Amino acid sequence: MKHLLSAADLTREDAITILDTAEELLGVAKRPIKKLPTLRGRTIVNLFFEDSTRTRISFEAAAKRLSADVINFSAKGSSVSKGESLKDTALTLQAMGADAVVIRHHASGAPHRLAHSRWTRGAVVNAGDGTHEHPTQALLDAFTMRSRLGDLAGKNVTIVGDVLHSRVARSNALLLDTLGAEVTLVAPPTLLPVGVESWPVRTSYDLDAEVEKSDAVMMLRVQRERMNASFFPSAREYSRRYGLDLARMNRLPDHAIVMHPGPMNRGMEINADVADSDRSVIVEQVTNGVAVRMAVLYLLLGGATEEETA
Amino acid sequence: MSTVIKGARILGEQVADLLIEDGVITQIGSGLAGDESIDATDLIALPGLVDLHTHLREPGREDAETVLTGTRAAARGGFTCVFAMANTEPVADTAGVVEQVWRLGREHGYADVQPIGAVTVGLAGERLSELGAMADSAARVRVFSDDGKCVSDAVLMRRALEYVKAFDGVIAQHAQEPRLTEGAQMNEGPLSGELGLTGWPAVAEEAIIARDVLLAEHVGSRLHVCHLSTRGSVEIVRWAKSRGIDVTAEVTPHHLLLDDELVRSYDPIYKVNPPLRSKDDVLAVREGLADGTIDIVATDHAPHPMEDKECEWQAAAFGMLGLETALSIVQKTMVDTGALTWARVAEVMSATPARIGRVAHHGRPLAVGEPAHIVLYDPTATRVVEPSDTASLSRNTPYAGMELPGRVVATFLAGRPTVLEGRLVEGPTQ
Amino acid sequence: MSIVMDATDISRALTRITHEILERNRDAEGVVILGIPTRGDELAQRIAAKITEVEGTEIRAGSLDVTLYRDDLRLKAPRALLKTDVPEDIDDRVVVLVDDVLMSGRTIRAALDALSELGRPRAVQLAVLVDRGHRELPIRADFVGKNLPTSKSERVRVRLRETDDTEDQVSIEEGAA
Ligand SMILES: [Zn+2]
Repeated sequence: MKHLLSAADLTREDAITILDTAEELLGVAKRPIKKLPTLRGRTIVNLFFEDSTRTRISFEAAAKRLSADVINFSAKGSSVSKGESLKDTALTLQAMGADAVVIRHHASGAPHRLAHSRWTRGAVVNAGDGTHEHPTQALLDAFTMRSRLGDLAGKNVTIVGDVLHSRVARSNALLLDTLGAEVTLVAPPTLLPVGVESWPVRTSYDLDAEVEKSDAVMMLRVQRERMNASFFPSAREYSRRYGLDLARMNRLPDHAIVMHPGPMNRGMEINADVADSDRSVIVEQVTNGVAVRMAVLYLLLGGATEEETA
Repeated sequence: MSTVIKGARILGEQVADLLIEDGVITQIGSGLAGDESIDATDLIALPGLVDLHTHLREPGREDAETVLTGTRAAARGGFTCVFAMANTEPVADTAGVVEQVWRLGREHGYADVQPIGAVTVGLAGERLSELGAMADSAARVRVFSDDGKCVSDAVLMRRALEYVKAFDGVIAQHAQEPRLTEGAQMNEGPLSGELGLTGWPAVAEEAIIARDVLLAEHVGSRLHVCHLSTRGSVEIVRWAKSRGIDVTAEVTPHHLLLDDELVRSYDPIYKVNPPLRSKDDVLAVREGLADGTIDIVATDHAPHPMEDKECEWQAAAFGMLGLETALSIVQKTMVDTGALTWARVAEVMSATPARIGRVAHHGRPLAVGEPAHIVLYDPTATRVVEPSDTASLSRNTPYAGMELPGRVVATFLAGRPTVLEGRLVEGPTQ
Repeated sequence: MSIVMDATDISRALTRITHEILERNRDAEGVVILGIPTRGDELAQRIAAKITEVEGTEIRAGSLDVTLYRDDLRLKAPRALLKTDVPEDIDDRVVVLVDDVLMSGRTIRAALDALSELGRPRAVQLAVLVDRGHRELPIRADFVGKNLPTSKSERVRVRLRETDDTEDQVSIEEGAA
């Protein structure tokens, strides 16, 4: 593994190696001294062209626990909003000797561009690109589900909400399929992408029909602004048809869990009581995020990099 | 002073010599002699190509292309006449701007530049430009287009279609329903969903074409559809023609060859408007061109400086170079596949575009008494496209590294060579 | 390939090591056995079982993966992590590290680092099945099954029933170490 750009790049074996590694590393997170010397002398740059304090902090904690040097580069708000900046920034990072670049970008494909451009030689980790993918989020979701539900093969995972604009949904659908789970995407037809028939998933417009067979339900964030673009008529109608409320939650099987990649719109896609219920693993998702990102960074940088073996 | 082209295959068929005197073909036969002689054994002679859709960028974006560099690229591609799109800075929406562009082309002498006038002031889609003034200017504008933008307002489009009848003009529509393509980045289909890039649906093109052919029928005007790219568009134009509507349509070389799978790389070199479509659409536009539904090939040559392509997909500019590779791509996709003869290539790349654009002295047959706009082409040559090997100021060719058939060996503009032995002639006007 | 220890030799060596551990530490009280995966892990299990047998009280062996503390990570492709399972608090306990072969001492150095972040043992001792010399660090074993002088180009291979699906044996093979 040279980069982590898309969940589709991971074989079942890769994915399981990452999850198993994360499981070992989760032990470290629980120790009084949380630091490992593993990536001493490696430089990891967090290149964030889009605000995401949560994801950045998670990557930063992961890198620091492995003793890497971390440089945070936030390009948001500065003059570098236009395209050429990606190239210039990458060249700067290359000059700084970045071994890995963790990139969050509002443009789909920006991590691919960085990885395949020869602007930087380091490993590239996609920390969320536009409406494309967010593979480490999918890994941490899979990790959370596996720790609650066991082997994911044959498990029914229902992903509900704005699939069209969701990088989390894309990465989850791909990764969960690789891990053998049965994925169902539930959304109003306006929020399912054209061509979703070719994805390795089922789709449904009816949340009530899916609830009872779900082992895990993942609620996606729905931005209220979508309403203004006529993706749905009103927040009230959306939450009535596609929100997870107590009545729906109570129809889930006893072992089923409720997930949300955050940040939540309480009262929109998820009811506050549901978010705070025992079934909700939302806080766990955050803890697991650090371990999974440690695993990814370790597996990308912990051994000889391609350059060093070449 | 006379020049004789020896032993060329006229339109790829019979071998003959062509004698050129004072910019005119004066004899066609065998054993002809002149002051100068050019050996064209095994080369095909075609009438000088005419491009109805070129972006020369001057005035305003001289960092991307100028009339000089663009026409030099045109000459290398076998073109003797190019229609310059109006989306310059300032926009070509007045007689002053169109005359400036027209004059620059004449001064440089690599190809005749026929300006296209903007339909609406500043391409803003609000009110008509002074179409008549541009038509009456020295540039004698007959083609009007807001290309880059669609004349989406139905009333404005209707008025434009009607108004240009007074001077036999034509509206060349960039068919793109703006609301259906807000933020659009690539062809809408399974791949756009997978890549997370906002889709540019075929219906956004087809809906405008359908509306426009009906408008053209209603007001009895001439309509030209720019860079048609989908199967549905071909079918609508075919239907319109069967009803006798006066519509013509163009396809670009890139839509004849490339498809949207290339976008997988996220390399904006493949970003173009309209976007690269599916493999099925590529087959459909080839069929449309073969059966005459699509009238012409036009390049939509769109130079951009490197920084507008060396960036993220969404931040990149739309457009690709086309002049220097067009004939090779038409050979590869249409001639080598048996879909078009060279005589038909001469129609779709020379005679018909000239007729649509109402330039009388281009797109003429290779016959005695006709102007000597001639291209000599070696269809047996092959070359690997190298982006830096271009006369354009820009490098944004999507064909880098691709092996293409054919080579333009010589181009003559009114009897004067602009390209000889595959190389540009310096100072052709002298 | 020549076999230098067979199953009986290995069993006898482990029994001797067990007695030496008990002798040195008077009894099993306060002793934590930690194997270094994978084969050290297995050997630690066997030593713990023998202690239980001798002492009559249940004693559990743990495992300590040192991958993340290695100083040679950059020399090879990234390795999957192995199991770390420390059965109890190690503060003020005697930790006996168990590994199959001791050579450069670098693995043990990594293990000492790993231990120091888990707690502060009263003492750390080292038991190995084979000590083949060629030390690169000032580290020595407290309990040795067999001293095996070898040339650096030779390779010592320990095979165990549980991990290698063959009879227990230690062999010397030619080839780059
Ligand atoms: Zn256009």
